[in-house]
Amino acid sequence: MKRRLAALIVAVGSVAGAAALWRRRSGAGKDRVDVYFADGSMVTFAEGSDEAARLFPIARRILSQARS
Amino acid sequence: MEAAKALADLVEISSQIESAVLADGDGGVLGSTFAAEERAQAVAREARELLQGAAGAAGDPVQIQVAFFEGCVFVVRDGERVVAAVTGREPTAGLVFYDLKTCLRLSGAEQEEKNKAVSGTRRRKKKDEEEAAGDEA
Repeated sequence: MKRRLAALIVAVGSVAGAAALWRRRSGAGKDRVDVYFADGSMVTFAEGSDEAARLFPIARRILSQARS
Repeated sequence: MEAAKALADLVEISSQIESAVLADGDGGVLGSTFAAEERAQAVAREARELLQGAAGAAGDPVQIQVAFFEGCVFVVRDGERVVAAVTGREPTAGLVFYDLKTCLRLSGAEQEEKNKAVSGTRRRKKKDEEEAAGDEA
């Protein structure tokens, strides 16, 4: 009984850990624009923002030109 | 250092950078790692457009990173000159920016020397003309 309980705890912990890791990694890889200014300030435009919608197509054209 | 040499060094030093273009204020390509001139011009033009598009209330941006799943686009501006580069997924952004700024600085030093040489020649020519005019008078 105790062995089964321990195995269950290990299995649940592994699944939870894997899910957390997957969430973190997928979050880190999200499309975004980081803009840096001369005064040292920086602003990030995430996917879904107006600025990102304007800048993503330009950057995608650069990527496709560079890799074509 | 020549723009082409600075770019060659950049790609050699930074294993993360796949390709890069160096452009001047007029949109002219000073150097690139692309074999085709049209592609270099297109990337330089889009890089300028990216900088203009990102300009806002905080002023003109000096550097931009656009991160996609399949790779990243970096653009760094130094005065009028611009360097744009493409990298693979999740590069070390700080290192890429540092390498791009170094490339701009090295190629800029060469440009400054050229400008100084041109202005020195102009000054000498003007002085010669003034002396010649003085002799005639």
